Amino acid sequence: MDARRASRAVIDPKVRHVGFFAPGANPLPARAQNNPPCSSSPPLAESPAGNSLSPVMIPLPRHPSDRTPAVPVPETGLRRQGNDHVPVGSYNPLESLLGSSPVPSSPSARIGMADGEFSEESDGWYRLNDSRKYASNLPDTTPDKAPDNSASTSAPPGLEKSKKSAKVPEKSEKAVVQVQNETQSSLKPLKAKTTKAERRAMQEAQRAAKALTKGEKHTYTHTAEGNKSAAVSRGAVPSKPLKQPSLKKDAPPVASSIAASDKKGGDRPPEKERKKDVPPPRMQFDDKSRVEKAKRRAVFNQLEARNRVELFRHLPQYEHGTQLPDLESRFFQLDPVHPAVYKVGLQYLARDISGGNARCIAMLQAFKEAITDYSTPLQKTLARDLTAKISSYVSFFIECRPLSISMGNAIRFVKSRIAKLPLTLSESEAKAALCSDIQRFINEKIILAGKVIVGHAVTKIRDGDVLLTYGSSSVVEMILLYAHEMGKQFRVVVVDSRPKLEGQSLLRRLVSKGLGCTYCHINATSYIMHEVTRVLLGAASVLSNGTVYSSVGTASVAMVAHAFHVPVLVCCEAYKFHERVQLDSICSNELGDPEAIAKVPGRTDVSYLNNWANKGNLQLLNLMYDCTPPDYISMIITDYGMIPTTSVPVIVREYLRDHLLI
Amino acid sequence: MWRRSASFILDQRYQHDAASTSKPETLSLSPPQTESSHMAASVEPFNQNPNPKISAYYQTRAAHTGVVTPDWLAQAQAAVGRQTEDLPLPEPDLKESDSGKSFSVIQEFDNWRKQPDLAEAVAAIRALAAVIRASEATTMMELEIELKKASDSLKSWDTTSISLTAGCDLFMRYVTRTSALEYEDFNSARSRLIERAEKFGEISYKARRIIAMLSQDFIFDGCTILVHGFSRVVLEVLKTAAQNKKLFRVLCTEGRPDRTGLRLSNELAKLDVPVKLLIDSAAAYSMDEVDMVFVGADGVVESGGIINMMGTYQIALVAHSMNKPVYVAAESYKFARLYPLDQKDMAPALRPIDFGVPIPSKVEVETSARDYTPPQYLTLLFTDLGVLTPSVVSDELIQLYL
Repeated sequence: MDARRASRAVIDPKVRHVGFFAPGANPLPARAQNNPPCSSSPPLAESPAGNSLSPVMIPLPRHPSDRTPAVPVPETGLRRQGNDHVPVGSYNPLESLLGSSPVPSSPSARIGMADGEFSEESDGWYRLNDSRKYASNLPDTTPDKAPDNSASTSAPPGLEKSKKSAKVPEKSEKAVVQVQNETQSSLKPLKAKTTKAERRAMQEAQRAAKALTKGEKHTYTHTAEGNKSAAVSRGAVPSKPLKQPSLKKDAPPVASSIAASDKKGGDRPPEKERKKDVPPPRMQFDDKSRVEKAKRRAVFNQLEARNRVELFRHLPQYEHGTQLPDLESRFFQLDPVHPAVYKVGLQYLARDISGGNARCIAMLQAFKEAITDYSTPLQKTLARDLTAKISSYVSFFIECRPLSISMGNAIRFVKSRIAKLPLTLSESEAKAALCSDIQRFINEKIILAGKVIVGHAVTKIRDGDVLLTYGSSSVVEMILLYAHEMGKQFRVVVVDSRPKLEGQSLLRRLVSKGLGCTYCHINATSYIMHEVTRVLLGAASVLSNGTVYSSVGTASVAMVAHAFHVPVLVCCEAYKFHERVQLDSICSNELGDPEAIAKVPGRTDVSYLNNWANKGNLQLLNLMYDCTPPDYISMIITDYGMIPTTSVPVIVREYLRDHLLI
Repeated sequence: MWRRSASFILDQRYQHDAASTSKPETLSLSPPQTESSHMAASVEPFNQNPNPKISAYYQTRAAHTGVVTPDWLAQAQAAVGRQTEDLPLPEPDLKESDSGKSFSVIQEFDNWRKQPDLAEAVAAIRALAAVIRASEATTMMELEIELKKASDSLKSWDTTSISLTAGCDLFMRYVTRTSALEYEDFNSARSRLIERAEKFGEISYKARRIIAMLSQDFIFDGCTILVHGFSRVVLEVLKTAAQNKKLFRVLCTEGRPDRTGLRLSNELAKLDVPVKLLIDSAAAYSMDEVDMVFVGADGVVESGGIINMMGTYQIALVAHSMNKPVYVAAESYKFARLYPLDQKDMAPALRPIDFGVPIPSKVEVETSARDYTPPQYLTLLFTDLGVLTPSVVSDELIQLYL
């Protein structure tokens, strides 16, 4: 079996870097450099470089969003100016051939808005920095550098400002951090020109800012270096809008490989925000101190399993089924957890709600209810307090059951929505806005996305097909039912596995709709596979190297299908995509109840493992997920169409940045 | 693959008893079209499509690029029968859908198509430009709807041509993105569209030049290039290489059934390039001495694979197993939002095959004219966007269409 992408014979082709490279290192139109005129051939006018027209050139859409940012952004004029003239990045869509460009959800447009929000906080500073940044980004700015310099380096007002803002907690602290980084990053290019006094002033400002932020420094896990890069990234934020003109590829590169220092961090959200956004699903449970800490915060105490599997100690391994009665009895107690959230949490714990979409929707609905009932305590701001509330709910959910990646994405969406609420909104307005956002997320990203996927997938079902599916995926079920409604003639093979036997419920629903089905267990995959023409699989997540993270057993089904040359189609909504890369199923996984694999329901005679827990040298491993390598997957069907596994990063880069999603 | 499925066949038998017994009859080339057609569709959906219609795409292709003479084509058509009344059939009702206008997109397209050096996508876009010129729309929306209708009818006229579909899509994409608001008024927007369409031909020619330039670095002195089929781009590449005084040798496959390889070898001989002609089945035999494989493409699909003349796949497989690079030269307007999963997962483009001897009616003939080469067998794609790896194609398509 060949890998999907075979090794290339050609090592150094002249490739126009489309996907993975950082533009902007040099502000010249880089196409010219990427394809230098070959020495052997006379330079032609129509060489790919430069401004040759191309067959499929398409003008930029003039989308309102980049005309009128939702948040009033000062200095828009300035930015726009930059937009029109500075050719940043390698790919100028104006001369590109397939030069399309995105579209309402253009990420860079969003970023523009994002720092609009910042700039409300530290307006004066911002202006200065912005202009300086702008200047330093221009290719030939030497003449006008000087005035800008003097403006930006005149630290005292900034210092004042930063000190003032120290009184207002967090929020402006962010601004201060920014200030600090600004000054830091500005130091480098300007060093030669600053006078001594100026430098001192700047250092002072820096020191003050550092002192302020010291408090939270410990949260950064990164070393000083990592910190610096984060700082740089923060510093780089204001320069982003400059790249807006090209609106597209050269907008902050996600997968930049060139380590231009300010690019390096540029595509990442600031480190701190990152930390806040990502709920800590990757806590290593073999780290004693952290586990202790987590326990103290916990709403209820989980009993640790006795025979923990050695290789999986980094994952939570708890006794199952012991907490439910206790928690249920506490339902009516006054609790920091909102009842709706509590209820959903219990349902997760009891596995009443399972499946990526169902869990995600339930969680979002609970959040919605919680937000509706929420009222801001005195002397607190909605954005900050609500975020903290949501975080506490999330940690409650994690206690009930580790989050799925789709839920993580949805949480990041909710939080970024809260963070991006305009400050001018009243509380009720803000709540209404959030609720409608969440509802839109559910409708567009989950429900509608499912329908779109169904539409794509049925085009791949022909009469006479035999479709194999594994487990029970809601999208796959919808596809099968819809294809059946369309009158396609096909048969379904439902492959199932112990202990969940989810396939049986799927089978029941399919059969009741009149589909012809075959049911078998995963042991029989290789037997049944020879008559199968398509394998349709659901996924819990698709990671950016194309790996499909799905319920355990999927990988082996895909492998067998690959061995039989049967195309494997993975159906997954784009909101489940994640930029993480995972190579095995060990680092991040979920462990189910080991009791479930020890017992066979309905077979009392199979009792060999009855008190396995007392045997010290026996550990049972009930893994929930596995990783299917991209080689086994022919196609991923998402709401953005049918894509090869190699295009997952494109989707992540173009549509899922900022966790905004909508 | 499903035919191996015993259970499925059994099911079929239960469902309609007669189906399985009458199956052999559907294998003949001209089956009774009426009552068994449903069964034929459900039982043998793809590879034994009884419809002998030649893909329109291949008609012009043959006329342009084949050594085959038009009268041979006519003979072939006569041999399969029903051809002549089959082809013009879609036109009348399309004219009706154009609500009695004196002008039809299809005709326009057909006229453009007849020009030998014009790519099909260009012809399609020229035809659409003619639609704009003839339209009496006064708003952008009206114009868009009209164009949509026209492009749909063009696309449905010949569903097998990928570059036609892609060309239409591309132009429609351009139209939807051009809003009248950007220009002073509707008329200037309209004239901009027309101008754009007019330019497209030139641009596509330029694209060919760009590809030729890009590929020069890959052709080194003393190399041997295997070429399959006749492709204008590949010819341009080789021509440029010859003009640059590169020393190389070309192995041409014969390119059955339309013998496009003969035409290519002719052209190359004119340029004083050493050429050797092979029969199609000699690809593996001569792969040893080959340094690289150059092919054109009918269409480049989302997976990064290509759809091209029959035989490309096997050559790519052989080249892959012998670690020879396979280069594809294709203009970017051939990028299509298609994603075939396997060979049978495409609209088959059919063309008659002349075996020189009468074929007994019970013998089935595979008349599909092209195959799908999956991306893992391709090394690089030379396009006017630059030299791409197959995985970038999808990136470009996502950028373009989403």
